[in-house]
Amino acid sequence: MQIKESTKTYDAIIVGSGAGGGMSTKILADAGLKVAVVEAGPYFDPKNPEQQTQLKWPYESPRRGAGTTRVFGEFDMAYGGWEIEGQPYTHKDGTKFDWFRSQMLGGRTNHWGRISLRFGPKDFKHRDVDGLGENWPIGYEDVKPYYDKLDKLVGIFGTNEGLPNDPDGFFLPPPKPRLHELFYIKGARKTGIPVYPSRMSMLTKKINEDRGVCFYCGQCSRACSVYADFSSGSCLIFPAQKNGGQVDLYVNSMVREVTTDEEGKATGVSYINREDRKEYKLKAKVVILAASACSSARILLNSKSKQHPNGLGNSSNLVGKYLHDSTGSSRAGFIPDLMNRKMYNEDGVGGMHVYSPWWLDNKNLDFPRGYHIEVWGGMGMPNYGFGFNPNDFNKFFGLPTGGYGNSLREDVKKYYGSVIGFGGRGEAIAREDNYCEIDPTTVDEFGIPVLRFHYKWSDYERKQARHMQQTFEELIHNMGGEVLGETPGEDQDYGLLTPGQIIHEVGTTRMGDDPKKSVVNRFQQLHDVDNVFITDAGPFVSQADKNCTWTIMALSWRASEYIVDQLKQQNI
Amino acid sequence: MDRRESLKSIILGSLAGSLVVHGCAPAPEETVSTTGENHFGRTPREKELIEKLNAEQFLNEHELATVTVLCNLILPPLEPYGGIVEAEVPEFIEFMAKDIPEVQTLLRGGLMWLDHKSNTEYELEFKSAAEDQQKEILDGIAFYDPYTPIQKQPMEIQFFSLMRNLTLTGYYTSKVGIEELGYKGNMPNIWDGVPQEVLDQHGVSYDEEWLAKCIDQSKRGIIAEWDEDGNLLT
Repeated sequence: MQIKESTKTYDAIIVGSGAGGGMSTKILADAGLKVAVVEAGPYFDPKNPEQQTQLKWPYESPRRGAGTTRVFGEFDMAYGGWEIEGQPYTHKDGTKFDWFRSQMLGGRTNHWGRISLRFGPKDFKHRDVDGLGENWPIGYEDVKPYYDKLDKLVGIFGTNEGLPNDPDGFFLPPPKPRLHELFYIKGARKTGIPVYPSRMSMLTKKINEDRGVCFYCGQCSRACSVYADFSSGSCLIFPAQKNGGQVDLYVNSMVREVTTDEEGKATGVSYINREDRKEYKLKAKVVILAASACSSARILLNSKSKQHPNGLGNSSNLVGKYLHDSTGSSRAGFIPDLMNRKMYNEDGVGGMHVYSPWWLDNKNLDFPRGYHIEVWGGMGMPNYGFGFNPNDFNKFFGLPTGGYGNSLREDVKKYYGSVIGFGGRGEAIAREDNYCEIDPTTVDEFGIPVLRFHYKWSDYERKQARHMQQTFEELIHNMGGEVLGETPGEDQDYGLLTPGQIIHEVGTTRMGDDPKKSVVNRFQQLHDVDNVFITDAGPFVSQADKNCTWTIMALSWRASEYIVDQLKQQNI
Repeated sequence: MDRRESLKSIILGSLAGSLVVHGCAPAPEETVSTTGENHFGRTPREKELIEKLNAEQFLNEHELATVTVLCNLILPPLEPYGGIVEAEVPEFIEFMAKDIPEVQTLLRGGLMWLDHKSNTEYELEFKSAAEDQQKEILDGIAFYDPYTPIQKQPMEIQFFSLMRNLTLTGYYTSKVGIEELGYKGNMPNIWDGVPQEVLDQHGVSYDEEWLAKCIDQSKRGIIAEWDEDGNLLT
């Protein structure tokens, strides 16, 4: 088979169109550069009526929203999941890692929770605090100007609270708390856990003429058709195109490797067009990988050549290493005081209106680092699963569970909206022996060698999860509630979820000043090859007790400005 | 008669002998996409799967009729909302049995169990037994032990639990069920806090300090501007 080669040479090829790739596209295109965006999945626009799931009713589907084809329910806007047919991955030594992929223009930004937390000063230098992991080569002051610009460009609600490690920003005002959130605030205060308005990237107020304002349907996971929430397509790529940017989109295009010349410099990428299943090549002065931490590592490791026998940018042997996801553990409770609710529309924004950032000092704890608390509950739209075990909470009143007949209707209404749930999302310590690598025995349906994962939690993370569980139980008791389910014990890692389940994987191409100890430099440029950059979460040295997206975008902006500058100076 | 109409005719027919007022009501408007033509954001592959499942039949005529009778006992119709017929619960169960094949054995086996029990007790198939006879059978399997995992409880209790779950979820995800439930969302609106009478009912209140930070909805349409310290000016 002859590989079809384009004669056009782009200034940059950007692999992936999610948070990092979208931002690189916007910055490079706005600077007048010619870019190709290569995306593994199809074109997607949240306002395309054929793709839209926002404001659909469960009865529009024969399966009423069940998650048969989309793991978070069939109205969720991620094309993919932890398992994708024809694209396997494997595991080493019986360890576990669940790898979530969303293949579509905008990637995971179309369905994510929009929880947009800046890292704080301590998060970039945490080794200085507890001697664990590694410091970032850059600090908060390097990233702050980009967080500031990002807040204004993309839009985020929240409040300035003057907290030491949860920095202030340029916020839109937050929505008022819902009923169960008022219960949470009250319960948390009893234990001394501070609660603040959450910080999420939905527009509670207009920021420009191109995007709508939130109309409170609570369905950000379905991607907003008026662009009132952040998705990479609607907020970065489409505006870049509208601005007159020279952006060529290559969708349904699975990148196989970065191609290089005799000197070992990158010349472009080769990819498989999923429609005709043939291999193509694109050329560019610069290649920017933003395919997601693990996918970018895979592309580098698969880009072997005489000059880079170990894979591209891998002279340190660290590509794929230091993989880490947020820790996660969850619990729910039944709150009798939330029974028998009057009906009104409390959809609000998609997700929580309040949250608790990490609030404790580790000196008094048996684990390092912290976690923030996410809260859910309320009278959400019924979907597949609603009404299951409709009177199970009767057990708390010594009443029979089960039965049939019209009394079930009363049970459903009595208990509707009486459950509150918590998710702890915390920081794991990055370790060299948690990694992804190429599995030489397995290829995907495109003939590309796949990733093999090796990942183990340590007691640092397990003890953190135990603390989450203790906290959640205390919160539920403070609210006068009944904890649901058994307390997860040591045999269940105290409820610590399998790595990958929180979908915050970072660290596979970490940043540093020493080429022996890191893959990219402080501008996310490969130490080994100066015209290849990585603008997804691969360069993260540590995760922080925050979600990673806001930092992916701030860093991508910073790296992309550097790329523009270097191209203009003809340094690369 | 197409497949959909034939399903409907079996479902209505199986309730015809009972006093169900809705048995003779006209079929509701077509809201469920069974053809794949009605978009609810499906990818081409997802559409193909729905079409493939719709072309298959899992429950035979007798099983579908039994399911209909059973669902109607689990959730009898209620004026003015309706019941399992209007909510298209039997059609939903037929679809889910194909969509989640793991439930097939329990579903089919449970239906056989019902007929066996009814034949043994009354020498009648379950669907043909009198309502009080049917209820007598259900009374023995309708309650479960909430402190034992359902998989460890007798098969007939698991079966009934499955049927109750599918009936209720099918009903409350339907147009009539959502109307009865009183869910008010899934439409554009402006969230401006919990109504006062609800706060009073549940004994909570807003802090003035917190409210002062929240969006003034009368200014939502005004473009945001900040001073250099991040204070919102507009």
